[in-house]
Amino acid sequence: MIEGILIGLETAFSIKNLMMVMIGCFAGTIIGMLPGLGPMTAIALMIPITYGFEPSTGLILMAGVYYGAVFGGSTSSILINAPGIPGTVATSFDGYPMAQQGKAGKALAIAAYSSFAGGTIAAIFLLIAAPSLSKVSLAFRSPDYFGLMILGLTAVSAFSAKGHFLKAMMMVVLGLMLASVGQDTLSDIPRFTFQNMNLSDGISFVLVVMATFAMSEALTIIFKANDPTRVAKQISLSQLGSIKLDKEETKKMITTIPRSSVLGFIIGVLPGAGSTIASFLAYGMERNFVKDEEKQKFGKGSVNGLAAPETANNAACSGSFVPLLTLGIPGSGTTAVMLGALLGFGIQPGPRLYQTNPEIFWSVIMSMYIGMVILLILNLPLIPYIARVLATPRTFLIPLILFFSVTGIYLMSFNNFDIYMMIGIAVVATVLRLYDFPMPPLILAFVLGGLMEENLRRSLLISDGSWSFLWERPLTLIIMLIIIFIVGWQIFRSFKSKFTSSV
Amino acid sequence: MKISPSKIISLLFFIFSGFYLYTAHQIQVFAFDENAAFNAKTFPIYLGYAGLIFSALYVLLPETRPSNVDLTVLDYKKTITLVILMILYGLTILRVGYFLSTSIFLVLSYIVLGERKWLWIFLLSFPFVAIFMYLLHGLLNIYLRDPFLQYIGIMG
Repeated sequence: MIEGILIGLETAFSIKNLMMVMIGCFAGTIIGMLPGLGPMTAIALMIPITYGFEPSTGLILMAGVYYGAVFGGSTSSILINAPGIPGTVATSFDGYPMAQQGKAGKALAIAAYSSFAGGTIAAIFLLIAAPSLSKVSLAFRSPDYFGLMILGLTAVSAFSAKGHFLKAMMMVVLGLMLASVGQDTLSDIPRFTFQNMNLSDGISFVLVVMATFAMSEALTIIFKANDPTRVAKQISLSQLGSIKLDKEETKKMITTIPRSSVLGFIIGVLPGAGSTIASFLAYGMERNFVKDEEKQKFGKGSVNGLAAPETANNAACSGSFVPLLTLGIPGSGTTAVMLGALLGFGIQPGPRLYQTNPEIFWSVIMSMYIGMVILLILNLPLIPYIARVLATPRTFLIPLILFFSVTGIYLMSFNNFDIYMMIGIAVVATVLRLYDFPMPPLILAFVLGGLMEENLRRSLLISDGSWSFLWERPLTLIIMLIIIFIVGWQIFRSFKSKFTSSV
Repeated sequence: MKISPSKIISLLFFIFSGFYLYTAHQIQVFAFDENAAFNAKTFPIYLGYAGLIFSALYVLLPETRPSNVDLTVLDYKKTITLVILMILYGLTILRVGYFLSTSIFLVLSYIVLGERKWLWIFLLSFPFVAIFMYLLHGLLNIYLRDPFLQYIGIMG
């Protein structure tokens, strides 16, 4: 393990990779700050660039972008009450009131320190948990993997869709259907290609991500531009105030950060939960922990109320790397995008990654920590300048996002069939988003489609076509029971809410 | 009886799943694979059924959280124009070349979205694309076919 850490440190501390972390954090912060654009869009925009690099460098850049985007989301939450990503919604509960009281600088500093502390503690947990988890995961067989993938898809659908479970499940099926286009991996038999040569290699992962996130998000912003519920507010830079914290504020943060970090990390490890749930849970937990006097301040600019979700969402980001790196199964939409990028590099994440590519495994973990430090150094002094990005007119921003999306695909294939397909998928995704059909389950399913089919193939061949493999091994049975519980819980919740509303 | 748009989308997905299932059954597998426990069409067939089940459930069950969208406030004109511009961009990118088609796409998109700062429109189109192309072509060695630049003699 020590040897691996040293290899990781050597790779992460190379000049090129340090530069990548810096660029990633900076670009991520700026993209994440723009309302509507989250880490998935930021990473998606980076994928075509990373294919020119070594896998470890590409991953380091993406990890930097991820953290930067999460921090950037907090900035827009605090300054204009427009969370860039769902994970920073809870940040706005107390961050925005603080900014309105003329303490925007202080709120941003609390967010930066909390993110740093949460990320650091979680990176240490990751360092300890990942190798032991990868040893445990060697015991997993094809039926367990198949079960885990269904669990991941069900959990993401249950948690990301906010009461739209069936819609999310339809998106899962659509993602798997898109993944099935192209030649069958084992027999090379063409499927759903309709004799079109452009489809024989399947649909590119980058194309689907760019279409469903970057492009469709840009189109949605324009589509809903006149929506009166979307309040466009411009930041007044003269009201940022000081970024220095006093003793009492520091003391409050010291008590909040450790418990929120632990909670955030654990939630992040669970498939499907991610930073959004982590931040809300941390906010709720903190409210229960503080004294009554402080409890009254929640929602009105409480330091604890701001530090808790900020710590938890960054800790959850680190936690979500555990299932990705050790099991090869992404726990969130963002890590699904990263899994797709890894597969693009020809790397199969999973228990063996730790042994076969230690430089990638450890350098990603190390670069996460470096990313935290850089985010802190970069963002604190640059807060007033970075905030100016929020003033970028939409009239320039949207065409540039569309341009980067089209260019990203064009550079990969140099044919216009892919561009048309991307536009088509983006238009469909825009309509689906309008009616709350969530996109993260689609992406997760698209990425997992090939692996899922492969594991189902092996399982069915081993059990001679019988589905008994789903309950024969205790591990598979436990996974299946968890899936049944999640589905049952979703059905119960929806019927309960229907019953309550009718009463 | 009024059907919600989400149910209409689910109904369309039901039809799509039916078509997908039909196409999955048409996949030609090798003769020796026909009766195997798993072949190239097994997984797609399951997917087709899954699509039919989930969409049918959504159509048949009452909606617990209907999505309310005010269609009157949506900006159809700008969105459709942008989509048309993207299609035209895709159409011209190979024939005219990357530089001219991208620059024109950007200029027209800025204008469509209501931007009228002409200096910024110019700076963020032709010079911006030229710098971007230089980064790709000159520094990263990514070849970009450009008949227009070849015609005027800038590119070899």
